Amino acid sequence: MSAHTQVGAVPAAVGTWEPRIVAFFCNWCTYTAADLAGVSRMKHAPNVRIIRVMCSGRVDPQFVLEAFAKGADGVLIGGCHLGDCHYVEGNYKAIRRVQMLRRILRGMGIQDDRFRLEWISASEGEKVKRVINDMVDKLRALGPLGLPRRFQEWDRELAPLEQAVEAEAKEASAHAG
Amino acid sequence: MRDSGANGTPRIGVFVCHCGTNIAGIVDVKAVAEYAAGLPGVVVSREYKYMCSDPGQELIQRDIRDHRLDRIIVASCSPLLHEHTFREATAQGGLNPYFLQMVNLRENVSWVNDERGPATEKSKDLVRAAVYRVAHHKALQQRTVPITASVLVVGGGIAGIHAALTLANAGKKVYLVEREPTIGGHMAMFDKTFPTLDCAACILTPKMSAVKNHPNITLWTYSEVVGVDGFVGNFKIKVKQKPRYIKEDLCVGCLECIAACIHKEARFPDGFNQGLSKRKPIYIPFPQATPQLVLFDPEACIQLKSGRCRQSCAEACDRKAIDFRQIAEFEDIEVGSIILATGFQAFDASRLPYYGYGRYPNVYTALEVERLVNASGPTGGEVVLRDGRKPTAVGIIHCVGSRDEKTNGWCSRVCCMYSLKLAHLVREHTDATIYNFYIDMRTPGKGYEEFYDKLLTEGVHFIRGRVAEVTDWSRSPEEAGKLVVRVEDTLVGTVRRIPLDMVILAVGLEPRADSQEVRRLFNISCSTEGFFLERHPKLAPVNTFTDGIFIAGACQGPRDIPDAVAQAGAAAAEALALIDAGHVELEPNTAFIVEVECSGCKSCIPLCPYSAITFLADKKKAAINEALCKGCGTCVAACPSGSIRQNLFEDDEIFSEIEGLFARDAVVA
Repeated sequence: MSAHTQVGAVPAAVGTWEPRIVAFFCNWCTYTAADLAGVSRMKHAPNVRIIRVMCSGRVDPQFVLEAFAKGADGVLIGGCHLGDCHYVEGNYKAIRRVQMLRRILRGMGIQDDRFRLEWISASEGEKVKRVINDMVDKLRALGPLGLPRRFQEWDRELAPLEQAVEAEAKEASAHAG
Repeated sequence: MRDSGANGTPRIGVFVCHCGTNIAGIVDVKAVAEYAAGLPGVVVSREYKYMCSDPGQELIQRDIRDHRLDRIIVASCSPLLHEHTFREATAQGGLNPYFLQMVNLRENVSWVNDERGPATEKSKDLVRAAVYRVAHHKALQQRTVPITASVLVVGGGIAGIHAALTLANAGKKVYLVEREPTIGGHMAMFDKTFPTLDCAACILTPKMSAVKNHPNITLWTYSEVVGVDGFVGNFKIKVKQKPRYIKEDLCVGCLECIAACIHKEARFPDGFNQGLSKRKPIYIPFPQATPQLVLFDPEACIQLKSGRCRQSCAEACDRKAIDFRQIAEFEDIEVGSIILATGFQAFDASRLPYYGYGRYPNVYTALEVERLVNASGPTGGEVVLRDGRKPTAVGIIHCVGSRDEKTNGWCSRVCCMYSLKLAHLVREHTDATIYNFYIDMRTPGKGYEEFYDKLLTEGVHFIRGRVAEVTDWSRSPEEAGKLVVRVEDTLVGTVRRIPLDMVILAVGLEPRADSQEVRRLFNISCSTEGFFLERHPKLAPVNTFTDGIFIAGACQGPRDIPDAVAQAGAAAAEALALIDAGHVELEPNTAFIVEVECSGCKSCIPLCPYSAITFLADKKKAAINEALCKGCGTCVAACPSGSIRQNLFEDDEIFSEIEGLFARDAVVA
């Protein structure tokens, strides 16, 4: 992928900027592991906002896209290890969706490190901490994604063009009329 | 966006919990509550010291009445801990319990962060996400399904036996499945039990025969659970009965066949006696085996291996009970609840080569010595060396495969006590000098410390230090022909060499080798070391994360007999409470199809692991059977037209939660 298609590394506001991660955690494994990390007082970066779902298979690709669109710098999905799904095979469905999403995200210029799928069992509180800290480090290196502001910029850039197209269309219809 | 289900705009109450200092120590709860007050739809926002306390719950109920609240947010601990509590409180206030949303400020914020600023900001984000989400909550009803009034107990050790008897005595149907040919488990191998020194068999065998004879217990030994389907209240179980090559209803346990076996000498290692004695291809595990049935070892029996034996055993059996063509049989049963009591395995001492197990004949494991001490054991209760001599000096090495970062990090809890017991018994049997090599003496329990005190006065030697090695390399005449234990005596501060005749390794307790497969079969979790994971380490120690499945005994972690029995009783009580209710209440988090929006594309149908989705050919629409749906939401995520919804996890709810997380700039605080 060529450099100019990369979204992100927006230079402004870097001083106070902190990466924001939306995490979709399976109720049975990773969410429980995150609770265990809490009970065991395993301190980790405060950048993650966890959304509980019943299964990693519930994570609609649109949730991931919506999180990026609303301002997430990274999205993390946590599910049960393969073979351990509480619902037999929901995590396999998650893999398929993640593969597809990865291609879409690459096409949009969103780096691979911004989107992560991890298998974390209910006893792996330590892994929750490790994955979150590692992801925060990687996102710090990548810088803000800043999709909402990009959208605004693109809207601003497109507005005159849209107006021109609309005016042209109006003119054409006036002629036709 | 669909209507929220309430009349007009929601009236939200936010309750931020201090949890003493657990949350308030890190999160500025006052700031969070003040911030929440300015969020859209929030009518009341408060902070309180303990929301889960009675006054805390009454606060919610009063505010529901006084402020006509129709949505409740409790920002406290994990929903896995207290969601039920606050749903109840919400319902007590006259509101549908599913109008509650919890925010996890404790496990997800205050306990994992140590900076006040970021923790408070994170809390505000999470509360705001909940405010956005809760507006979309709908009134739901709990699902109730009938429960089958029977219980499956897996594992026939002391824990499984006790759980099965407790339930059967309460009038419940119990299926007890044991992998080995007899019930009794490890306890049946022990000679005496600490600290009272009652004979293990004397207290266990009456319970074993009670299991065998109980009208409410179906006992399947030499059997394994091979299939588990269904869910709490209605598990469907498949049990495989391995062939004994004996017709169970005909065999009376007369043992004539064993005497008549073509193998005149017993020459196959006897598993029950830890290989210290030999048995024939046809055998009974031990004299009090329950059920009293012989069985064939297919690896050893000439007829089963080659089909070319004179079958003298069959001739000897006047009841014609021997059947060489027997094959595995399968039983299908339905149970409402399951208790797993699959026990432990002893640490394999050959993993530590420096202790010489398997290399030096007179290095024994504790379990082997249990059999040596036992009157029905391989030596008839004589503690002798492999060459038949009586030992004059015996050393017991503690913590073999316990408290060791090279093998298992945990304390196995029972080894100190059973080492003391063996020290006493071996001394009693041989009058030998006994040494205990220990790291720390751990004797917590009723009468345990007193037992240790008694051993101290009996003249048993205690040397504090982890043994470096056991060797037969002698350096002085008195070491010649002996095993030498090299150990640092940390209380004296010297390295000592102690010549011994016999070394006993106090092996630790481990998860069974197949605990991962068993865990997968029953859809439960293991902790990192491989023991089955309890739902809560303090408040739900016999529950698992899978409703209706309970754990008891050493499959959950190392424990002694009294604790295993207590836990088995607890698991039985939990199972009883469950099935006596007659029905189970399930989370209403099932998926449903909005028929007008369904295009009939069928993409959801192959996704469902429970075959809960069918295609209605006449309407050309998909339909979900609510009774079969387990609420994973996979179909919801896949539906191209968005016509499948999942209660409690609707798209609107999750999208709003995401929106709320990032609405920081849009809200005027």
